[in-house]
Amino acid sequence: MNFEFSDDQQLLREQARSFLSENCSMKEVRKILEGDAPYDKNLWEKIVNLGWTATTIPEEYEGLGLSYLELCVIAEELGRSLAPIPFSSSVYLATESIVLNGTAEQKSLYLPKLASGELIGCFAANEKDGFLSPETLSTEVSGGKISGEKMPVVDGDTADFAIVFAKNDEQSDASTYIINLDDPDIEKIPLKSIDPSRNQVKLVFHGAHAEPLGNTQEGWKFINTLYDRAAILFAWEQIGGADTALTMAKEYAMDRFAFGRPIGSFQAIKHKLANIYVKNTLARSNCYYGAWALSTNAQEISIAAASARVSSIQAFYYASKENIQTHGGMGFTWEFDCQIPYRRARLLAANIGSENVWQDKLIASIEAARAA
Amino acid sequence: MDFNDSPKEAAFRKEVRAWLTENIPDEKEIDDLDYIEKAKFWQKKKYDAGWACIRWPVEHGGRNATPIEQVIWDQEESNFRTPESIFGIGHGMCAPTMMTWATEEQNKRYLPKLASGEEVWCQLFSEPAGGSDLAALRTKAERDGDDWVINGQKIWTSGAHYSDFGVLVVRTDPTAQKHQGLSYFFIDMKSPGIDIKPIKQISGGANFNEVYFSDVRIPDQQRLGSVGQGWQVALTTLMNERASIGGGGGGVNFDSVFALAQKTLMNGRPAIEDQQVRAKLADWYTQESGLKYTGYRSMTALSKGEIPGPENSIGKLVGAPKQQDMAAFALDLLDANGSIWDENFSESAGLFQATFMASPGLRIAGGTDEIMANIIAERVLGLPQDIRVDKGIPFSEIPTSKKQQ
Repeated sequence: MNFEFSDDQQLLREQARSFLSENCSMKEVRKILEGDAPYDKNLWEKIVNLGWTATTIPEEYEGLGLSYLELCVIAEELGRSLAPIPFSSSVYLATESIVLNGTAEQKSLYLPKLASGELIGCFAANEKDGFLSPETLSTEVSGGKISGEKMPVVDGDTADFAIVFAKNDEQSDASTYIINLDDPDIEKIPLKSIDPSRNQVKLVFHGAHAEPLGNTQEGWKFINTLYDRAAILFAWEQIGGADTALTMAKEYAMDRFAFGRPIGSFQAIKHKLANIYVKNTLARSNCYYGAWALSTNAQEISIAAASARVSSIQAFYYASKENIQTHGGMGFTWEFDCQIPYRRARLLAANIGSENVWQDKLIASIEAARAA
Repeated sequence: MDFNDSPKEAAFRKEVRAWLTENIPDEKEIDDLDYIEKAKFWQKKKYDAGWACIRWPVEHGGRNATPIEQVIWDQEESNFRTPESIFGIGHGMCAPTMMTWATEEQNKRYLPKLASGEEVWCQLFSEPAGGSDLAALRTKAERDGDDWVINGQKIWTSGAHYSDFGVLVVRTDPTAQKHQGLSYFFIDMKSPGIDIKPIKQISGGANFNEVYFSDVRIPDQQRLGSVGQGWQVALTTLMNERASIGGGGGGVNFDSVFALAQKTLMNGRPAIEDQQVRAKLADWYTQESGLKYTGYRSMTALSKGEIPGPENSIGKLVGAPKQQDMAAFALDLLDANGSIWDENFSESAGLFQATFMASPGLRIAGGTDEIMANIIAERVLGLPQDIRVDKGIPFSEIPTSKKQQ
């Protein structure tokens, strides 16, 4: 039994953590949250230089060719620091789309530039309220031109290109397309984000050029494969964030005195923090299994992904809301940082399918596995 | 990351599996025995072949196995139908305490017979006035020559009625502060003056007992640790409450409720098609898989010869309420029939009803949910202890009821 990250991966974790604690304090996150900049460009350039955007890109496309375990480690630390950068959109979704499904030509064109940070990608699937499915799409590609609207597109203001899920006039199933966001036939309408440290836009397509991403057949199946893989990386970010919320709550409970004693000595607070620890531990262990499934391309990846995703959504939400509660009135003030994990928890829970979507997927995957 | 045994572990697993396959008792072989005799029969068989208490030193009846080998043994044994053990407390808690505090001569006398199952041990800690607040126990011991004379009452003593020996914490100095007036002994359960009364539980079983002591004599040689050091010795026992690594346990689990939801109907359709049912099942699945992989992480530490982290402390706090909630949920799926508990008519011979009635006990035994949460908060997260109004005063002056305040 070796259900643990290797020494090299642990070293990477330590380096990432110390780098981020120096370069991505809550103060830095707050600058993006409160300011006009869509992301922390300075931090982004630094993590590009560290090679993080190149982690799993194969060496033949100028990436580092490391395993997904390394990417899980980086995801957790980015989540821990609540980094205000488009990493999940560009790496887990856009880069991963091209690695999984791009043609040789697309890989040669995009992957080296994604590795070097010259390009940032994003992912545009949803259009309106409710669960995503091919039937909900109105965006359509006809004669190589795309028309319709996508909302919300996380990091859409920052990205150079988007992977877009759309219907097409040639086949029944929907497909994915690469759309250059510099195209003059695209409008970007800024949206107010529940987590302003990650920008979101509405993309309106007026006949912009749409390049099919690799094999355009079975677009919905591809989205599900992509989401299974991305869910594990999102889950690691979420558990990193949940850990931060627990640390904030714990430190405050030790420092804050009421009735002549630290509030952390009251069982009401102790039990709350113990419950956070329990949820975080269960989610983390599910994330370990997800990391294993992702790195080995295991058959069980759908079950592993949904387990990691469901438990991490719940853990991050619970930790971030009870962190505010532990802080009392101060936690509800703009000045305190409790809002930052609370907002991020909601943003990450909404990307790539909410808790309900993944609970349903988990049971569907178990049904399928047991029927087989 | 991989789930494979090291070559050495694989070889050990193979050896264990081969022995178990060859030696698992035939149903017919033990059909006539009661559950105590069955347990003893299986334990003796393991002992005679050198497979009992494998982590213990050879001279105490074990085989000097490593912690990971113990886990492998437990996993392999759990794949077979074996008689239910009655040795958990003796092997898991009393023996480590003896090894730490008893003389070598005593260990040579008692431990091999504990390993072989010829002698069963129990743990006499809790009292009517000392449950979660264990150190508030009042059973007293007074020195009389070379003996101590014990008077008082213990409660919740599992297996007292079939035990040969027990470990016992008593108050030897009521004028000292709470934790400082205690001493620790092991005792022959057949001693004159011991009266054992079973406690009938809400689940219908009666494995717990009240144990009354009237002028029971214990030789001073059976004291473990010095007079007044009983709390420290008791901590050795409590720290050894065996961490259940990778264990799912019996009762209701995801599989049983999932299967039930596939076959019971809701509005004429299988319940499993209902979104609320799916959501709840998904949450329980992630709790179970979370516990399972937490166990794997601990096993990895053991496999590397490291001590597992504190993450394993969550098992009981998650597992016990989950059993209760899942059982109640399953009874809801049965709708009106959920109120019947009749082996002849109930689904799965009443498994869900039995778990529903047994699970309140799981949330209390071995530390209540609330005590487990305190332990996680204090020992894992490092939060300060609650303020104790009984600190720094003699035990005899601590209020014990509203009237005395």
